[in-house]
Amino acid sequence: MTMAATIDKAGPRRKKKLRSMSHDRKWALRWSYFFLTLFAIFFLFPPLYTVITSLKTSGEISAAVNPWWVYHPTLSNYKELLGSSQFLRFFLNSAMVSICVVIITMLISIPAAFALARMKFWGSATLATGVFLTYLIPDSLLFIPLFKMFAVFHDYTGIQLLNHWYVLVVVYPTLTVPFATWIMIGYFASIPKELDEAAIMDGATWMQTLLRIFVPVALPGIIAATIFAFTVSWAQFLYPLAFTTTTSELVLPVGIITTLIKGDVFNWGQIMTGALLSAAPPLIIYAFLMDYYISGLTAGATKG
Amino acid sequence: MADVELRKVVKMYDNVEAVREIDLAIADHEFVVLVGPSGCGKSTTLRMIAGLEDITGGEISIDGDVVNDVPPKDRDIAMVFQNYALYPHMTVAENMSFGLRLKRFPKAEIKERVDEAARILDIADLLERKPKALSGGQRQRVAMGRAIVRHPKVFLFDEPLSNLDAKLRVQMRIEIKKVHQKVRTTTVYVTHDQVEAMTLADKVVVMNKGKIEQVGSPNDLYHKPATKFVAGFIGSPAMNFIPCQLEETAGKLHVRISDKLTFPLPPERAARYKSISRDDKLLLGLRPEHITDARSNSGPGFESFEERLDVTEPMGMETLIYFPIEGAQICGRANPSAGAQDGAPLKMAVDLNNMHLLNAASGVVI
Repeated sequence: MTMAATIDKAGPRRKKKLRSMSHDRKWALRWSYFFLTLFAIFFLFPPLYTVITSLKTSGEISAAVNPWWVYHPTLSNYKELLGSSQFLRFFLNSAMVSICVVIITMLISIPAAFALARMKFWGSATLATGVFLTYLIPDSLLFIPLFKMFAVFHDYTGIQLLNHWYVLVVVYPTLTVPFATWIMIGYFASIPKELDEAAIMDGATWMQTLLRIFVPVALPGIIAATIFAFTVSWAQFLYPLAFTTTTSELVLPVGIITTLIKGDVFNWGQIMTGALLSAAPPLIIYAFLMDYYISGLTAGATKG
Repeated sequence: MADVELRKVVKMYDNVEAVREIDLAIADHEFVVLVGPSGCGKSTTLRMIAGLEDITGGEISIDGDVVNDVPPKDRDIAMVFQNYALYPHMTVAENMSFGLRLKRFPKAEIKERVDEAARILDIADLLERKPKALSGGQRQRVAMGRAIVRHPKVFLFDEPLSNLDAKLRVQMRIEIKKVHQKVRTTTVYVTHDQVEAMTLADKVVVMNKGKIEQVGSPNDLYHKPATKFVAGFIGSPAMNFIPCQLEETAGKLHVRISDKLTFPLPPERAARYKSISRDDKLLLGLRPEHITDARSNSGPGFESFEERLDVTEPMGMETLIYFPIEGAQICGRANPSAGAQDGAPLKMAVDLNNMHLLNAASGVVI
């Protein structure tokens, strides 16, 4: 009886405090939307300003009118840039550097990550951490030693890498390989161990296991690493600024700055257009690969 | 198809001995089940046969060849994993044919073998599906199909049914038995479920703490366990162990459980146990089916007594009865019509013809 009485007393009191799940969820969602909108507006301001400015003439840009409105929209900046062989050269250089870097990064990172994640050998865990630590060294510390290295390399071999676009193909993997390897170690580690054991029992070599099982199954992780490697090599500024000077060897970020800023004359309209056009390839790649990136390819491998 | 032999096989992880000098001979066509609690070394033993774990000491031979240093892919064995381990990006047919494609079998033969395995396992209409579109039971069939198509010397199963629900497990158990009847490949099967072990095996190997406790047919293990561990592990509900001593009263050997409970031994048992010291601390091992209601069980070797029941569990075809003797919880099986009730006394009978006597200290069945 005492028990029952206690429960009866507590019942209504507790009921008052309880809120329905949907009520809690509604408020959680409201706050989420509020902050997400805030962040979206905050981060969309610069690109929006870039778009607006790219549609203005130099005259309108320097005129004292509302900077957030285009009074006389024009595509002249786009026409001029896309018609300039210099800009197309930068674009081509950037594309070649990025594509080569992505390929080199993948060729090194995928087998490295597989070895570090799966082929347990002496020191593999330390090595994996070491790979990541190399990524933490800032490039602003490295560019002078690297410059010296290329100079010494030239002295010994007679091969001049500096001031050619392909020097960046050699340099960028120092940034992309550690991080891509690290991402993929994590991804490979999430693949059930039985999957490679099954492949081995089926008669696959390590290489066959990697190429025919791991690469397809870890595709989302590999794509994440690819996007990363591409973005880093596309947007990197310090290294190309330090290592390339001849106009025909420049990549987009440096090319735009060095050719469109002449002394203290800033050609803002074209600078903004150039920034917008150079942002396009990564955006397009993101858009295409995002679905892959998100889709869970491992579903159905094992229980659950 | 082939026989498998383990000679003094040892597996050490750092300083921990996971498998301790086990000897085991598995004959051609035989279905052997390694059974034991978690951490008893059964999976490690299987993985050593597969080649997925190095062997620290001893020898494993398959078909007469020592395979200690032979990589898994050259051992010609197939393995079915607990979580199926299907390749998620391949269809069922591709999953099954992966091993054959690696070995560059002609396309026609691959198709023939996949179709044959699909027919045996009744998955012919699933061949074009991806694993994620399959149910647990179907995935398990595909995993078995992947093993069958290769016509390996030995099948290894690592707890293949643990991820399935109870009903499906029973169904798949029968499937596995049927498949073995059809393909007759030497099979080593690991499970922690003694029911699976009993129902599937030609030969059961009970392992505990890295050692083999007993090897024998399911019936042998059930009726003639060698140790307390085996006696307690095989059978559900488990065997009851009641502390007891032997004593001689009026020229007849009795087993004495308490001041109140003393049973005379049947002549055959008395002859077997007469040399045991009367001071030895012993355990009386009785399976639940040998502790029943007195009404439906009597005859030579049956001794009756009365106890108050703690709990009864009506199962339909029988009622499980629980009561204390000397502080130990005892489980028996009564006829549902015997009127067993929670808290009520019941006249019961023990069947001493099927008793076991164990040395309390060593755990060895006498």
